[in-house]
Parts: sequence; structure tokens; C-alpha cells
Amino acid sequence: MLQEESDLSLVIAQIVQKLKGSHLYAQLERQAWGSWEKRILKSLNSMCTELSIPLARKRPVGEQKELLNKWNEMGTDEPDLSLFRPVYAPKDFLEVLINLRNPNYENGDSLSFRTHLGLIQVPLKVKDIPELKEFFVELGLTTGQLGIDDSTQVPPELFENEHVRIGQKVLAEQDSAAAQQYVRQGSPTALRAELWALILNISSQPEDILYYEQLKTNVIQHDLLVDSLIYKDVKLTASNDDYYFVFEDYLYQVLLCFSRDTSVLGHFAYNSASPPKSYIRGKLGLEEYAVFYPPNGVIPFHGFSMYVAPLCFLYHEPSKLYQIFREMYVRFFFRLHSISSHPSGIVSLCLLFETLLQTYLPQLFYHLREIGAQPLRISFKWMVRAFSGYLATDQLLLLWDRILGYNSLEILAVLAAAVFAFRAVNLMEVTSLAAAEAVLADLSTLKVMPLLQIFLFATVT
Amino acid sequence: MSRVSVPCHVKSTVALQVGDMRTSQGRPGVLVIDVTFPSVGPFELQEIVFKNYYTAFLSIRVRQHTSMYTPAKWVTCLRDYCLMPDPHSEEGAQEYVSLFKHQGLGRQHLGSLLVRRLLGSELGPRWVLVCVCQMLCDMARVLELRLILRQPSPLWLSFTVEELQIYQQGPKSPSMTFPKWLSHPVPCEQPVPLLEGLPDPSRVSSEVQQMWALTEMIRASHTSTRIGRFDVDGCYDLNLLSYT
Repeated sequence: MLQEESDLSLVIAQIVQKLKGSHLYAQLERQAWGSWEKRILKSLNSMCTELSIPLARKRPVGEQKELLNKWNEMGTDEPDLSLFRPVYAPKDFLEVLINLRNPNYENGDSLSFRTHLGLIQVPLKVKDIPELKEFFVELGLTTGQLGIDDSTQVPPELFENEHVRIGQKVLAEQDSAAAQQYVRQGSPTALRAELWALILNISSQPEDILYYEQLKTNVIQHDLLVDSLIYKDVKLTASNDDYYFVFEDYLYQVLLCFSRDTSVLGHFAYNSASPPKSYIRGKLGLEEYAVFYPPNGVIPFHGFSMYVAPLCFLYHEPSKLYQIFREMYVRFFFRLHSISSHPSGIVSLCLLFETLLQTYLPQLFYHLREIGAQPLRISFKWMVRAFSGYLATDQLLLLWDRILGYNSLEILAVLAAAVFAFRAVNLMEVTSLAAAEAVLADLSTLKVMPLLQIFLFATVT
Repeated sequence: MSRVSVPCHVKSTVALQVGDMRTSQGRPGVLVIDVTFPSVGPFELQEIVFKNYYTAFLSIRVRQHTSMYTPAKWVTCLRDYCLMPDPHSEEGAQEYVSLFKHQGLGRQHLGSLLVRRLLGSELGPRWVLVCVCQMLCDMARVLELRLILRQPSPLWLSFTVEELQIYQQGPKSPSMTFPKWLSHPVPCEQPVPLLEGLPDPSRVSSEVQQMWALTEMIRASHTSTRIGRFDVDGCYDLNLLSYT
């Protein structure tokens, strides 16, 4: 009796937790987000009218056949995308966040004990290092980690072998909660794909494969303007990346289907954004002909394809890759490009980053601020992309292990602060924003777990 | 469990401050809101619902009707209830809060309270943070309410509670009760031996009750999206995006 009651309470507590903090506060904040959404819509509409391309159209049968034939090699296509431009880039979004103001907040000129010296001016509650130490207790110095204790100098009997054995046991038991706890210490490469699928509750049932095939049919039948944006984004970002260019075809197969997936609309229940609307041609204003555009309600921005690219290392079967990406998007990634007060939302992450830097590296923070190089301007792009494309892939996957394990994106802000701490000596010597950017331009040699461990557990405060 | 809204008159807030309010520099940290019920006699209060606006702590005092001969007196029913865990930050600052009189409710009811929507808000259905708290006194024969709001942080320009609504116990609506056969099996139909491997019927019926609560909840939240299809009768020719 009690077990069922507590299960039900747990489910409900989880629902409440998901919804809590997903609202936008205050009229003005809602207006800021509303005007941002309007800007995006205007940008898309003007692209439509300038290029005389419809938002959506049905493909003629010949074109459908052609696309079906080259479905597995869409990357070889070289359409003229020069006239398309991304709807927005992370730095545009940062400007919106910087201008978020709470009208009830004392934003006077005089310095008070809570003056925000960073860019974010919204007083959200963020964790400090003692609270982060408690939250990320498994990353501590006395706990074994993949990413640290599996390096070549450490004999595998000390940690790695046992850790792999436990991982195999978790997979054998198909225990999702245990898997989530397990990956907090990192996941062995061989087991990672299955562990993530277990945590995200993805099992490739026949109906899932059928669903993916249905989405593929939708792609073949209808051509969307958003497709060109996706093409452009993939060509600009993933195709240019040394690690990810091989997966170009997979990226199209996932992202084009993603745009047509109406089940993604479900996440707007706990996302403060709303999906763009349109009407069937000739039926403007008639509610029965109102549809969402794109069908999944998500307009991709510059760099969006980088959310998918790292997953291609783990999953090679398109429908499974698709499901994993979709689940990761509606659980985590959407929070990185929408405004909310959720602790894993991008606003909280930015504030957490700035607060950590200001509190534990005050000299560096002050110096960068003085030279006009607000640290958030540099680290924002890392956090929005969850560091995809900036770190080496094995390091990125170790980082994303922890995102899944702790069910939180706060580790992105902690890592950003840790990177600044690591390069603090060089940063203290720069005298301009461009020079600061140059110091932090290349993160591909960094090892994330030692950085995180030192920042959280080994820095003298 | 139905509830009936009680029409109330919410008086304007009174700030409590030491000294002369016109010349002092700081903003008041304590506000008092009186709520009267001019058209209703003494009633049994069941629930208080409001939208918080940057109030950190809430105390509620109640003036109860005692008897014909003794004057009504003020009793504290909630003392320094914390609405904002950190008064300096946004958490809890704009939550919808429902204070429910604890009356020996079982844990099952707690589940259904948490998912109940607050209807009638102009923003549409809203998720309510429900606080089933121990009110310190009996809420019978309520004449008047006094809400004492405290916000110790100097960072906020103003604070209050909005959309205050008071509810009393409504009549038991028969449609909300379970069909009799579900919870009370006919005695003469009780199976004599419990067959091996079959679950206990009373346990099953309680599980079904919970499933029923969940399906009611799902049914109550409408989704207007059609599953899978994004086009209208095969057509998805669109012109431009709509701004509204």
C-alpha cells in the first residue's frame, strides 16, 4: 500500500519539479521574451518574402522519388544556400538575456550587497561552491572517475576494471535509476550507448522504428523552409568540424525528421516558449486551418546541429539515434535556448557562471570587466552548445555522462568557470576582449574531469 | 471534494512601520491585509488560494465567532510560513499557493491535491504549489481574516499577495465518488479461498482508485495537438508565420 502511494507521490513530485520554475516571471520579462520570439518570426517571414520561397510546400512526385533515392547521402547535395541566413545566433540571444529586468527589483545606481557586476541582472537563486560540492559529491577527490582514474599511468585494477564490471551488471539488470547513478562516475566507452539508452528510457520497439519511418515519409512529402536552414547550419558547423564531418548524412536524417515530429510539441507544456503558428494558404484566421510551423515548433538556430553530432559516435542506427536525440532535446537541450527560471535554464547557468567567477576569482573577474571583456560574452557560446564542438569528443561525452547522471545542466556553468580558472594566469595579462577570446579560443586539449575536480574540490577558497 | 468560493472583501494593505512614514528612508517590511466577509455569516474555512508577489513570510490570524456572549477573538492560525526560501532571490516569489486545512487527510488525497489546477485564472490553467500545512487552530466559524506579510529583503520595491480567494467546504457531489461496486464488493460475492497467485482484492481496488485519479488528471488536461499529423487533410501549404 505504502509503496504505491510513494510511487505516485514520486511521479507527481517529479511533475511538479519539472513545472516549477518553468514560468516566466513578471510582465516585462514576458514582454522581452515575446518581442524576441516576434523578432525570430519576422526574420523567418522576411526570408520567405525576399527569397520568394514558401514556408512549406508539397514536393512534386518526381522530386519525392529523387529525395528517397539519395536519402542516405544528402550531404552530397550542394544546393545554393548563399541567400539563406541563420535565424539567430547565440550572441543575439545573449543580448536578450542581458536586457532581462525585473521591474520589482531595486536596480539603483548605488552599489548594494547584491549588485550584479556581471551581465545577468535577474536575481535567481544559484548554488555556491559548498552546495555544488554536495550536489556533485561523486566527483570528489576520493571517488574514482572515468576521465581521471582510467588514464594510462593508473593501473586498471585500482578502479577501471571494477567500474566496468559494475556497468555490465547495471546493464544486465536493466536498472535505469542505477544507470543514472553509475554514469556520475563516467561511463566506459563500450557501454555508453546502452547506458544512455537505459537512462533515457529508449528501447527500440518496432513502433518506434515505424514512427521514424513515418517521419521520413513526411520529409519526403513536404519541403520546409526550415530544411534549408538545417542544411545551412550543418554545412557551416558540423561539416567544418574535424570530428563530425563524417556524420553529415546522419545529421540531415535526424534533423529533418525532428522538424516534422509533433510529439516534440509536448515539451512546450513545461517550456515558457510557444511554438510559432501559421495558417494554411488562403485560410488565414480560420482556427481549423491553424498549424504549427515547423511541425515540432522548434526553429533551429546557428549551431543547433551540434546537439546531434556527438551522439553520432554512439548510435549508428538512424531511428535509435533519432530517439536518443529527441529525448535529450526535450529533457535538456531546449533549456539552453529558452528563457525560464529553472535551475538548469540558460539564465540560471549564466548567473551561476558569473557568480562562481566573481566569488572565487574576483581579481580575474574585475580585470576582465575593466578591459571590457565580460566573461559571459566568451563562455556563453560554450554553454548554449553544451560545449559541443569546443571540447574533444571523448571529453565531451564524459561531460554529457554527468549531465545525464545528475539530470542537470549546471555542470556546464561549473566547467566554464573551471576553464577560466585554469587559464587565469594568461587572462590576467590580456588587455582587450579579442585577446581574451584568443586565450580561450582552443579548448580541444582540455581534460574536463580534472578541471572540474580541481575547481570544486581542490581550490583554496 | 468540492469547494465553494466565499465572496470576500479584501481591504487595502496597511504598512506597519516604526516612526514617521513620510520621512523615513526605508521601505516597510511588514504589510497587513484584512479580509472581511460582509455577506456571509461565520463559516468553516477550508482553503485559501492566492498568488504570491515577493512576500517572504506569511502569518494568518483569524477572528472566530465563539458564542453569543463572549466577544470574537483573534487566533493565529499560521505563523511565519515561508513562501520564499531565500528572500533575496526569485525562488517562490510569484508562485500560486494554496493553503489547505489539514484535517486528517490520508496520503492518497495529497497526491490528488498536488495536481489540481487552479481554474479561472486569466492566464489559463496554472499549476499550483499546494501547501498542506498544519493550521494551528480550528477554522470553524470564521468571521474575519488578517494576513500579515513580511519581506525582510531591501532588494524588492514592493510585495503583496494577489488574487486572493477563500473557499469553504462544498456539498459532497455524488459524481465524484467511486461506483459502489468498485470499492465495496457485494459480500455474498466474496470468493471463499484466495486463489494462489492472485493479488488481494482490496489492494487491487486501492490501486485502481489511484489509476482512476491519474486518468482523471490526464483527461482534465486537454491537448489540442493531433497525434502525429501536422498537416490539415494532407495539405501543409503555408504562407507566412502568424504574429498573434
